[in-house]
Amino acid sequence: MSYRIGIDIGSTTVKVVVLDAENQLLFRSYERHFSKVREKTCEILKRIAPEYAGEQVKIVITGSAGLGVSKASGIDFVQEVYATAAAVNAYVPDTDAVIELGGEDAKIIFFGGALEERMNGSCAGGTGAFIDQMATLMNVSASELDELSLKHEKIYPIASRCGVFAKSDIQPILNQGGRKEDVAASIFQAVVDQTIAGLTQGRELKGKIVFLGGPLHFLMGLRERFVVTLKLDEEHAIFPEDGDCFAAMGAALCATDYEAKNFDEALTLLEDSRNAVTSLDTAPKLFASQQEYEDFCARHNAQHPPEYDIATYEGDAYLGIDAGSTTTKLALIAPDGGLLYTYYHSNMGNPVSIVRQQLDYIYQAIGDRVTIRGSAVTGYGEDLIKNAFRCDLGLVETVAHYNAAAHFNPDVDFIIDIGGQDMKCFKIRNGAVDSIMLNEACSSGCGSFIETFARALGYEIADFAKLGLFAEKPVNLGSRCTVFMNSSVKQAQKDGASVEDISAGLSISIVKNAIYKVLRMSSADELGKHIVVQGGTFHNDAVLRAFEQELGRNVIRPTIAGIMGAFGAALAAKKLHLERSTLLSPEELKSFVHTAKPVTCNGCTNHCSLTVNTFDGGRRFISGNRCSKPLGGKKVQNPDLMKYKYDKLRALQGRGSGTGARGRIGIPFALNTYENLPFWFAFFTKLNFEVVLSPESSRKLYLKGQRTIPSDTVCYPAKLVHGHVVSLVEQNCDAIFYPCMSYNFDEGISDNNYNCPVVAYYPDLIAANIPMLNENRVKFLHPYFGLHRPHDFEKHAAEYFLTMFGIPKRETVTAARAAYKAYDAYKEDLRHTAEQYIQQAREKGMPIMVIAGRPYHMDPEINHGINDLVTGFGFVLITEDAVAWKEDKEARRVLNQWTYHARMYNAARYVCTQPDMELIQLVSFGCGVDAITGDEVRSILEKGGKLYTQLKIDDISNLGAVRIRIRSLLAAIEARRAQNA
Amino acid sequence: MAELKYNKDGRLLFTKEMKKEYTILMPQMLPIHFEMFRQMLLLEGYHVEQLNNDSRNVVDEGLKYVHNDTCYPALLVIGQFMDAIKNGGYDPHKIALFITQTGGGCRASNYIHLLRKALEKAGMGYIPVISVSFGLESNPGFSLTVPLMRKLVYGMMYGDLIMNVKNQVLPYEVNPGETNAMVKHWIEKLVDRFQHGKGMNRPEMRKGFDEIIADFASIPVEQTEKVRVGVVGEIYVKFSSLGNNHLEDFLLSEGAEPVVPGLTDFMIFKIYNRVVDVDIYGGKFAKKELCLFMMDYIKKCQHDMIDALNKSGRFRAPGDFEKLRELVQGYLGEGCKMGEGWLLTAEMLELIHSGTNNIVCAQPFGCLPNHIVGKGMIRALKDNYPNSNIVAIDYDPSATKINQENRIKLMLANAKGLAKAQATAHA
Repeated sequence: MSYRIGIDIGSTTVKVVVLDAENQLLFRSYERHFSKVREKTCEILKRIAPEYAGEQVKIVITGSAGLGVSKASGIDFVQEVYATAAAVNAYVPDTDAVIELGGEDAKIIFFGGALEERMNGSCAGGTGAFIDQMATLMNVSASELDELSLKHEKIYPIASRCGVFAKSDIQPILNQGGRKEDVAASIFQAVVDQTIAGLTQGRELKGKIVFLGGPLHFLMGLRERFVVTLKLDEEHAIFPEDGDCFAAMGAALCATDYEAKNFDEALTLLEDSRNAVTSLDTAPKLFASQQEYEDFCARHNAQHPPEYDIATYEGDAYLGIDAGSTTTKLALIAPDGGLLYTYYHSNMGNPVSIVRQQLDYIYQAIGDRVTIRGSAVTGYGEDLIKNAFRCDLGLVETVAHYNAAAHFNPDVDFIIDIGGQDMKCFKIRNGAVDSIMLNEACSSGCGSFIETFARALGYEIADFAKLGLFAEKPVNLGSRCTVFMNSSVKQAQKDGASVEDISAGLSISIVKNAIYKVLRMSSADELGKHIVVQGGTFHNDAVLRAFEQELGRNVIRPTIAGIMGAFGAALAAKKLHLERSTLLSPEELKSFVHTAKPVTCNGCTNHCSLTVNTFDGGRRFISGNRCSKPLGGKKVQNPDLMKYKYDKLRALQGRGSGTGARGRIGIPFALNTYENLPFWFAFFTKLNFEVVLSPESSRKLYLKGQRTIPSDTVCYPAKLVHGHVVSLVEQNCDAIFYPCMSYNFDEGISDNNYNCPVVAYYPDLIAANIPMLNENRVKFLHPYFGLHRPHDFEKHAAEYFLTMFGIPKRETVTAARAAYKAYDAYKEDLRHTAEQYIQQAREKGMPIMVIAGRPYHMDPEINHGINDLVTGFGFVLITEDAVAWKEDKEARRVLNQWTYHARMYNAARYVCTQPDMELIQLVSFGCGVDAITGDEVRSILEKGGKLYTQLKIDDISNLGAVRIRIRSLLAAIEARRAQNA
Repeated sequence: MAELKYNKDGRLLFTKEMKKEYTILMPQMLPIHFEMFRQMLLLEGYHVEQLNNDSRNVVDEGLKYVHNDTCYPALLVIGQFMDAIKNGGYDPHKIALFITQTGGGCRASNYIHLLRKALEKAGMGYIPVISVSFGLESNPGFSLTVPLMRKLVYGMMYGDLIMNVKNQVLPYEVNPGETNAMVKHWIEKLVDRFQHGKGMNRPEMRKGFDEIIADFASIPVEQTEKVRVGVVGEIYVKFSSLGNNHLEDFLLSEGAEPVVPGLTDFMIFKIYNRVVDVDIYGGKFAKKELCLFMMDYIKKCQHDMIDALNKSGRFRAPGDFEKLRELVQGYLGEGCKMGEGWLLTAEMLELIHSGTNNIVCAQPFGCLPNHIVGKGMIRALKDNYPNSNIVAIDYDPSATKINQENRIKLMLANAKGLAKAQATAHA
């Protein structure tokens, strides 16, 4: 029998194995290919050529990047999951399941019964590439990350859906001084959660589990997280010695079925395929000539402030610090805006020590010649830095950036700032920030993405960017979120694109992302006439050029584009007109000490992950809090209708005025229940059922149902339903009632009164995906009901409850009538309470915030305590349904056919008529309907002269980003008020 | 030159003058069917042109004018329009656009509004958009009259039949190109019949069916066994090669036979939903009766097709609408109607029951109804039919083809493994 060779070409590595007739490994290799897949494969084969030349071999390729090689060379291909299954069957019999993580793929194979294989969907990013990206973010190697993780003390919840989300969770933890060890372990935990949530899809992971693939082979910390999470003992968690090469071994096993070739012939086939050309989707060149580039540079370099020598300058100065998400920027300026000193550097996950070093340096450089008369700080790390170094002022980034842009062009009417992680754009009208657009969680990370990529290819960001300037054929990489871009880049590499073309392509992608995804513009005129661009990412000439090309218009990029936030902060410090800054003095700086400790606040159900920063002299700063409670102060509670509603609904359980004689009926506290519970509670208690409400949502509750979620891209509120239903089963109800409802109540303000498809039919999905429901422990009732036609409802309900429980029809009809009354009373009470709140606000001159979302957005696990944050900023909070009824029906530019959305449109219209009201729209990530409503609400508000603010929320949401949005809104309101005064 | 007229809500109308002067553009979804539809519309005096542009620019225009989180089909349909308007050499003041509006709680019923927003954004708000729907929006210059609807039903029936037999012959043809040539031949032949007022009643259609079946049956084929792969999904992504990255071609190139359930069931489903609505929630009896009448007519046509296929002894016939209803019981309620609703699950069941265990469920990334009726039902199907082999594939503007193909390849590898195991079990 001939030798069998298996070649597994993954997204980052090539694995080659040779098997003998007894399936014994004769050779194995695992190497990174740095996108040179064919070359690397040939290289390895040549290495073993001395032993196998002239032999007959059976050779098969597998792996995600292997397909192209197989096509080009004519060597046979097997799909990698299939190959892996073959290897496991041969080498680890009696396996129940396999978990394999690769560079970009995650797979689970279930054995026992029919083979079931799952791969991550195109959205999931919790894989090797994700770990690499996170390691880069933390400025460590993957193996250092691993070592760190083994020393963790606590696990932070980090979004496990995709890399971009996780990044926005990790960055603030690092910036606020969270321990690297804990973050490292949390990253691995996120990968574990992602794998389980995304791939099990209703099937339990139990029995003997084999772990395969590079990351699980090399990263002990990751192994540990899997073993702990799945509660496995040594016998049931198998990490085979050659676990990193299993797919290749499987390919070799599969090769048995194929024709043998001469080894040399196979090698020739591979070598010849190397030059195969594939077509690439390309974009126009950035610069046609060197001359064009020089003109471009000259134009932009003209925008620069004067510079003074810090070593000789005498007089006053102002310090601005921009503690951004990935970089820290400083600017020390003279009263005329001239630059004394600037600094721009990656914060290495520790902004405090960077700022300290810089202050040391500045103090040394200025000696006694300069007086720092003011200091201000902005950016993600604002609070921390302000407290650590006693800065005079903290200001929100948007304002800092506007200050800076106006310094260069007082007529500026549009500013776009692309930083490491955030993209901020705002229009300026009448000297005030008019509308703010921030990237939603999904497209963030653009700047740091290009940096991560540059490093992965072994370049410094500046050099990498320059490569793209004269690229002949920039690659078209699409304009979606970075995870997608990642695989687009990989594909381009596989197709033979040069690093230059990729560099240019990435720059173009970032621009397209900004224009089409964040700004949603179709022409340059929509932006403005005087556009100022800033942020570190625009230092990249290729990005700037792509931006101008895409807009077809020249823009202004000051030479200090990267430090505009710091520059604007310094300008704001100057406006304070202080004699002397309170900034730590050189002496105080010498004794400066900083330690950070993570704790969990147990002050309320939010359970905020706090970081307690301690400085020298016992100074303390706590971050990560939503309210003032952990700071020692008493929790000040401004009127909050969301909370009022929530408490009111939670009280609706038990027997009510009935006897409970008919048994216990469970109602999942999720989705539509947040609207219809007053109805169902009255209905069932009137029928003498005891109503059992599922517990309040929590992360723990979510995890309880997580493995039964079939679609990992559905919204978080829907995912939570699973946990609620599972917990109701555990509470031994006689029945669980969760009706399917295509329609909701008709409030007369829309063309139709639908629920969204997910809300409408989730009960059917639950019935099909939670196995416990079929174990006869509980009746799961999920009939189709419509409450919008009371008379028909009475009829159908009477029929239904007669059949299901033998309840006399007359009784059901009476209960239905009581239910409608109870629902009306509930609505009436809400409106009345809202009126009271509004009155209170007006008496005290407090601003009013209307939070417009779905009823289930009042769940604290879904909104992450945003209501506390809003009231914490001094607002009185009411909800959309409390004001929507005040407007009548009006034609919309979209089909106004969903009950909940119609309320948002009307609430927005009403807010436009009230000078002291603002509106924030809450949107769940993955809510397809809100792609439509978001634009419509925005246009209503903008037409009415109001600001549009949208908060996108997901299973984990870091409030740091939310806080910036709210503060930007506050600052804009403030500016507008000053304008009008 | 036709005057621009608006209704009371400010919607630009398609007027009778426009009908005379304007060219109406129609997006592509199902080439065979849409060509029939176009012919029917031409006969009614509408100047209709079919768009076939499918370059990358279609996607780029879509990204430019449509909210990027909106579903992929909207992005493509609108992108195809915008690309054609800008680059197709049309006088923008002399065109109107056709778009279907199915209604219902899915986002899809908003495509028309998104299209209008896109036009406004592009400064072309003067281009009228015509809703092809059952009474959602009316226009003086266009109406879906009963005779026209009847004609369209015939177009659909011929389209479904041709698609069905084509799919059963093409993978096996001995002389490459012969099957597609036959498709073209029959489209031309039917168009000629329509122009002469023929082929649009049931007896003539039945005769036509027999002729078509005989012609396709006469194409020489290899006697090989191929893996059959069913294609279900969100309607646009399921049918449109622009939407699904040429899924059928890919399956063919992998040596599989694509089995694509037709459009008829979807039409009956959409009408039947109105009947169910009245049953579940109440409503006008007359409305229900009218719907039942329409359904009944299409169902009869469907039976003509099934009978013709069965009679041939050469081709597999699909199950009828009642069969689908029956199969889906215990999975989804009949009230589950948004998007493809219970029909999608029913189609998967029908495929499994007719021996096509391997299925690609194609959907736009983040498609709301598909969370329930596609991905949401796979678990239950797998439990009840352990040999079912279903892969859900997401499509969006930058999902890479390589990822999609790799997942389909996994499904195909499983299919071959299953076939092998079954063969061994028989032996």
